[in-house]
Amino acid sequence: MKTICFYFQVHQPFRFRRYRFFDIGNDHYYYDDYTNESVMTKVAAKCYLPANELLLKMLRKHKGKFKVSFSISGLAIEQFKLYAPEVLDSFKALADTGMVEFLAETYSHSLVSLKNKEAFFSQAEAHAHLIESLFGKRPTVFRNTELIYSDLLGELVAEMGYQAMLTEGAKHVLGWKSPNFLYCNSINPRLKVLLKNFKLSDDIAFRFGNKGWNEWPLTTEKFVKWILKLDKREEVINLFMDYETFGEHQDKNTGIFDFLENLPVEVLKHKGLSFSTPSEVVADLQPIAPVSVPHPISWADEERDLTAWLGNEMQQEAFDKLYTLLPKIQLCKDAKLLKDWDFLQCSDHFYYMCTKFFSDGDVHAYFNPYETPYEAFINYMNVLSDFTIRLNAAVPKSDLDQELSNLTDLLAAKEEKIRKMEDEIKNLRKRRTSVKKPVSTKKKV
Amino acid sequence: MRVLMFGWEFPPHISGGLGTACYGLTKGLSHIPGLQVLFVVPKAYGDEDQSGIRLVGANKVPVSHRELKLKHFSETLDYIEVGSKLIPYMEPEEFWRHTREEKLRQLEFLNTNEEGFVDFSGKYGADLLREIRDYALVSNIIAQDYAFDIIHAHDWLAYPAGMAAKEATGKPLVVHVHATDFDRSGGSVNPAVFEIEKKGMEAADMVITVSNMTRRIVVEKYGIDPDKVVTVYNAVEPHEMTVADVPKKGVDEKIVTFLGRITMQKGPEYFVEAAHRVLQRMDNVRFVMAGSGDMMESMIRRAAQLKISDKFHFTGFLRGDDVFDMLVMSDLYVMPSVSEPFGISPLEAMQSNVPVLISHQSGVAEILTYAIKTNFWDVDAMADAIYGVLNYSGLPKMFVAHGKKEVDSLKWENSAIHVKAVYDKALARQ
Repeated sequence: MKTICFYFQVHQPFRFRRYRFFDIGNDHYYYDDYTNESVMTKVAAKCYLPANELLLKMLRKHKGKFKVSFSISGLAIEQFKLYAPEVLDSFKALADTGMVEFLAETYSHSLVSLKNKEAFFSQAEAHAHLIESLFGKRPTVFRNTELIYSDLLGELVAEMGYQAMLTEGAKHVLGWKSPNFLYCNSINPRLKVLLKNFKLSDDIAFRFGNKGWNEWPLTTEKFVKWILKLDKREEVINLFMDYETFGEHQDKNTGIFDFLENLPVEVLKHKGLSFSTPSEVVADLQPIAPVSVPHPISWADEERDLTAWLGNEMQQEAFDKLYTLLPKIQLCKDAKLLKDWDFLQCSDHFYYMCTKFFSDGDVHAYFNPYETPYEAFINYMNVLSDFTIRLNAAVPKSDLDQELSNLTDLLAAKEEKIRKMEDEIKNLRKRRTSVKKPVSTKKKV
Repeated sequence: MRVLMFGWEFPPHISGGLGTACYGLTKGLSHIPGLQVLFVVPKAYGDEDQSGIRLVGANKVPVSHRELKLKHFSETLDYIEVGSKLIPYMEPEEFWRHTREEKLRQLEFLNTNEEGFVDFSGKYGADLLREIRDYALVSNIIAQDYAFDIIHAHDWLAYPAGMAAKEATGKPLVVHVHATDFDRSGGSVNPAVFEIEKKGMEAADMVITVSNMTRRIVVEKYGIDPDKVVTVYNAVEPHEMTVADVPKKGVDEKIVTFLGRITMQKGPEYFVEAAHRVLQRMDNVRFVMAGSGDMMESMIRRAAQLKISDKFHFTGFLRGDDVFDMLVMSDLYVMPSVSEPFGISPLEAMQSNVPVLISHQSGVAEILTYAIKTNFWDVDAMADAIYGVLNYSGLPKMFVAHGKKEVDSLKWENSAIHVKAVYDKALARQ
């Protein structure tokens, strides 16, 4: 018996406009609305809407035998609300079938898990809350940004109460081991770990339409044959990919939608094959072994590590500078600032600063609004500078400032008290004169 | 293989990047076994570095003892006369006189000194066109005097010399385009120079350009067959820096440097404008414009007009170690060239661990990844990049970490191998 676990990632960042240093302190609007809206409407038309419609059809047709899971970042949901509310409705329709599981992730699609536990927890909670309010069910499986995972991160996620987490079946982690089993966290074995079968996933996500690929064209028969050829004892095939694979990364003309539509038909012909959602996999299978991941891994590039976001000096500086603001953010109550904070943390901003020009340039160039990583860095830092100024204005800087503001508060409170007392005195005086007056008149009379 | 190479200048007597490039290339070529270079310049002082090459000064050739074979040279001579500032010397002992074939019915004069040597100044100047022509005539003699397999001429100044040598011997000619007049003039081309360039490229069996940008100009503006135009990028001499080398910065402020001729081609005005924008937002920075040129005065005036003179400095022309010291003190090197066929100086800056900002309109932008690039006219982007490098330490850190390595991989040896391949092609074409 083997089960196929589909998981699709849905995410769109809020891209920044060209924010020059002259804007710092003068203009506090950072976003390129035109690009954001046009990318969203384009991807909605090419991918989200047709793919959702197809999935809905398939889910109904196979009556509970076909299942998928999604993770939709908080930022993507905000963009749906702004630019394409019909997409959100179509996801709700999918949720209503009961055959679709929605996973939890960080609200901002951020890398905060690498920096700060509390902030990580609060972002995950914000996302879980949002997903529950939209789709009616609280997520039980966690998917960290870009499938970033390590033993320690897994432990944190277990602490948050999730039963499982998804990550990459990276070769350098697994070695001879197969990703096609359920594993568990090596620190806290109660947290199960699902590993992406990157060979089969990338066959669909990256190679499907590539005519130079020796397996092109990829048919459902061929794909299912590959699955059947796997070792008999292997239990689960995790196919994790960007949802934009369907219709966007792989154009409609490549036949990707037909492939998707026919895959369950072909798979369900075989008694030994089925579909499951991540939480079903966790419920049905026994973990075969702990997986040890001392250093964080991700699903990006050849290296499957963090170098796509934190590989060079610029990325590290931007990342560090961003999170030095964290203590102040925790004191901040300004809704507008907090929203910008969410948008600033998005991992895409760091991805644009990547300098691994040659090996993975193509993927990095995708939807990238900048010509060079340097531009991306300068733009980001300009935005961050302005944000810092605003944050400092909203939240007092140092202990001294804190004390000062406390004293000011105290002073204000005392002023208020004085004002009240003065009023009281006035009232008392009035009453006294009003009492006196009749007396005096009596005297006159 | 023996190469007869015509240049115009050679270290230490240089007035621009051409001499540096020629020197590096000949040095690189000397690493190729079996390849010898005979380098001809108009004036050899005697103190040039001659390791690996033979340097022949055109003025060391006793031309009065030679007969010029100019029967195929009549065509090329026509254009030489177009812009020629030939000054007839009246006193017979001062010049060497040469009569050519009768059908031209024209006298050509070469200015020789008392030993019968033709006197060349070897400097760029008003009499340039005359010198170019004289140089061509002398090269004809040199070509007969030495054995070689191929002729290589650097830039338009030496094209006529290369062509003359080709006419005299029939050996294949490679011309090396370090710059075109479109770069130097910003579009308002000097027709005399254009003619010399075009004739040179047409006469050549192969044309080497220093970047694809220049290659495009050669193909599009000069109408040269793209098949015979090959790009070979320049390189840079390795430079090892020791701690003692680093001069002390006198001020606790950031320094942004423009270093080069202050001429239209180099885009100095964009640097001034960008500096003005940056200075509006930050105070602890100084801008330095090092070099001289015909736009220097107007730049000084513009800086004064913008009221940034207290933060914007002109050093005048820098020599030798001063150039290097200036670079090392800098926090950013800016080359906003309007049209730069290659541009070696950013590479030198990167060798000194200085981040560089270059324009997309420079050939060197084609090969550098660890450099910030903007359009020369986009003053806002340039200002933004300058501000970024000075304020966000991640950028300079990044450039120091990778820039030097990137530049060190650009070796003249590699360029020489490509040039050698072009020689082989030129020989095969004949």
